[in-house]
Amino acid sequence: MRPYIREKKSFTFDEVPENTCFEAGYLTTVNSGWRSIRPAVNSEKCVGCEQCYLYCPDGVIAINDGKAVIDYDFCKGCGICAKICRIGAIEMEAERK
Amino acid sequence: MANKVAESISREEFFYGHKACAGCGGSLAVRAALKVLGPNAVSVLPAGCMSAVGFNFPQLCFSNNSIISTFAGTASMLTGVEAGLRARGYKDFTAVGFAGDGGTADIGIQALSGAIDRNDNIIYICYDNEAYMNTGIQKSGLTPFGAKTTTTPAGKNIHGNIRPKKNMFEIAAAHDIPYAATASVGYIYDFIQKVQKASQIQGTKYIHVIAPCPTGWGVAPDETVEIAKEVVDCGLWYLAEYENGGFKLNHKPKEFTSVESYLKKQGRFRHLTDEDIQVITASRDKKWEFISKNFVI
Repeated sequence: MRPYIREKKSFTFDEVPENTCFEAGYLTTVNSGWRSIRPAVNSEKCVGCEQCYLYCPDGVIAINDGKAVIDYDFCKGCGICAKICRIGAIEMEAERK
Repeated sequence: MANKVAESISREEFFYGHKACAGCGGSLAVRAALKVLGPNAVSVLPAGCMSAVGFNFPQLCFSNNSIISTFAGTASMLTGVEAGLRARGYKDFTAVGFAGDGGTADIGIQALSGAIDRNDNIIYICYDNEAYMNTGIQKSGLTPFGAKTTTTPAGKNIHGNIRPKKNMFEIAAAHDIPYAATASVGYIYDFIQKVQKASQIQGTKYIHVIAPCPTGWGVAPDETVEIAKEVVDCGLWYLAEYENGGFKLNHKPKEFTSVESYLKKQGRFRHLTDEDIQVITASRDKKWEFISKNFVI
């Protein structure tokens, strides 16, 4: 299972766990607001070598049909993928509003 | 173009949506290790960056079973997790701990030493970012000579940390541990292969992985991987294994890159004088003399 954003729940007092045990992989907020630059994949250049997938600290890059695809909900825009890409298929561009 | 290493590890993500700084080396190490060990890994995290960024209730970023331990008790909690699951009849699981350098070399060292002594079937991974980064960059036992931290400030007379880095890898090896290794997130293939190897071995396994911290080291977020490669290439860190009573070097740089250019890239070393750099270069050469005498190359 890939963790995914859950719908916001309002807990009543009885539903709140007594200690901090909770379901694993339970995500409520995204990280996309952290970015000032974002990676853009040029899918014509991308050969699917998976270097960016292996070196991404947040694991937001997946390989779909031999091309890198980025989950922009959780990408923090660190730029490691653009540096690691030897053929220059990933470029950092300014974050669009 | 298939990547053999990427094929050999899980496609699922087990550490996702965490709140680590952009370009965090520690989160890369945790993510890669969990992808090797799979959904049946039970991870134990003491106080430190990875527990602070992974468990922001109700945002829980580990999709395997995980628990926060006491700061000093990572290895003893791993012992308990392993014994408890074994007693309940589980067979296919791995107990893995992720502690920072302070949680390993300073605060958690007696628990780790005890676990190695008992030879419990656990994997202990130390992600080494060379200071207490979570609390705002204080010196730990693994902070290298000359590094500026908030507790070892760089002034006119004293240039940062005055003590060298503790040799945690050889301390673990001195227990005659079944498997110990050093790694770097810059050489992720090597790290993945070492975690794979560790998961096949019975007994205590210790992996020491260098994980640069862009915030504390004073480098740009996109330079994490490059600086983790460079620390190996310039000879200040080495990729080695300890197994069956012998050391083995995995990667020997043909020629060392400049120590000065590695140091001057980082904000924490920018104050160093030429004499300080000579001291560091001399200690590197001494270390490599030891390596060439005692390690199988």
